[in-house]
Amino acid sequence: MQQFLELLGNAFPYLVAGTLETLRIATGALLLGIAIGLPTGVGRVYGPPWLQRVLGAYVTLFQGTPLLIQLFFVYYGLPSLGITFPQFIAALLTLGLNSGAYQAEYLRGALQSVGVGQMTAARAIGMSETQAIRSIILPQALRLVLPAWSNEVIAMLKNTAVVFVIAIPDLMGQAKILASKYFAPLPIYMIVAVFYIVLVGITYLLLRQVERRTQIPGLTNEAE
Amino acid sequence: MTTAPILRIEDVYKSFGETRVLNGFSLTIQPQEVVVLVGPSGSGKSTLLRCINLLHPPTAGRIWLEEQEITAPGVNQDKVRQRIGMVFQDFNLFTHLTALGNVMIGLTKVRKMHKQEAHDLAMLELERVGLVERANHYPAQLSGGQKQRVAIARALGMDPHIMLFDEPTSALDPELTGEVLEVMQQLAKEGMTMIVVSHEMGFARQVASRVVFMEGGIVVEEGPPAQMFEQPVHERTRAFLRKITDLDEGGK
Repeated sequence: MQQFLELLGNAFPYLVAGTLETLRIATGALLLGIAIGLPTGVGRVYGPPWLQRVLGAYVTLFQGTPLLIQLFFVYYGLPSLGITFPQFIAALLTLGLNSGAYQAEYLRGALQSVGVGQMTAARAIGMSETQAIRSIILPQALRLVLPAWSNEVIAMLKNTAVVFVIAIPDLMGQAKILASKYFAPLPIYMIVAVFYIVLVGITYLLLRQVERRTQIPGLTNEAE
Repeated sequence: MTTAPILRIEDVYKSFGETRVLNGFSLTIQPQEVVVLVGPSGSGKSTLLRCINLLHPPTAGRIWLEEQEITAPGVNQDKVRQRIGMVFQDFNLFTHLTALGNVMIGLTKVRKMHKQEAHDLAMLELERVGLVERANHYPAQLSGGQKQRVAIARALGMDPHIMLFDEPTSALDPELTGEVLEVMQQLAKEGMTMIVVSHEMGFARQVASRVVFMEGGIVVEEGPPAQMFEQPVHERTRAFLRKITDLDEGGK
């Protein structure tokens, strides 16, 4: 026990630093994912056929291949074409593009589950299609997408763990270093798992708050 | 009549793929007229309304709204729709907005009013349909009749020159149709031009200036309600009106 506490004390600062790095990457990638996923999702539902096909190809590409391959492609593959990114940027870009594909799909489902009558009614009062999407369809779709999006946030927190393979000192990266430094993989990985669980737990609670606050009165039942 | 017609529909055809729904439909409507459109299901009534406000532009034929040919190429369809109010069978209220928000959004986004101005006008429109005290309720918190009245207020907010009603009471419980019909009757009294697809024969008798019977995508017969109900010329009209009038009275 004494030994464990000592190990924990030594490892703690590194794990906190790793956690911050993980949060930095996850947040950045999620924001990039929203920036990509929002227009992609809208384009896949309301865009012209050629655009729908192009966006569909992007989504298939990133949903259909392992995240690790995407990361290797960007970090190790692209330099041979003369495109080189620093580690952090490569990680952000890969995770962001990957998340964008998933977020676009969640949004597409949500957009399609907003009844067609909403669009018809919006057009009937003289809104353009763009106005209708922005003022009527998206506000409803974004509420519908929240539960799926919460899953994406949680998945992202854990998916960031792959970036240790390109030597980024995220939570997982720190764990790997500490485990070999102290020859104590079991306790270290246990501690790291607890870090991840706490991170995910806090995130989950925050997102539930957001869901609750944006609920439309009378439309959905309180979950509890 | 010497006044210029508010709406002129000339030889309009509408097909969806292979199915032809409107077959050379023509009708002219004068300002302040209330035209009740009846006909068997599938006769093209809803399609006609959606052709008029260009939600489904006609395949062929021409439509004029107050001297402007709205089926002409290059017409700004969004601007045309602002002048044509539409009320749907299933209300189609914006579910994420309150009753007030539903009326306001067209005012702020389409008519580009300032928030306060839009708020005040929206409250007036809600007052017109008797729903001021429900202003802050969301659609899911309103009864069917209240929803439809909000939908009418939303359409009125755009200051339409003509109102289209697509079976406005068909989705309502019988005890809720009265409040909606009352609002519509009031509108007619104020001089609103209206085309109403409805099988509410009591409303047609009391409020309509003309009843139009359509079948197979064309007008079969039209005339003042008294004539249409008492002595229709066509056998089809007679048979159809007898059927729905019987149903109407049987239900009471």
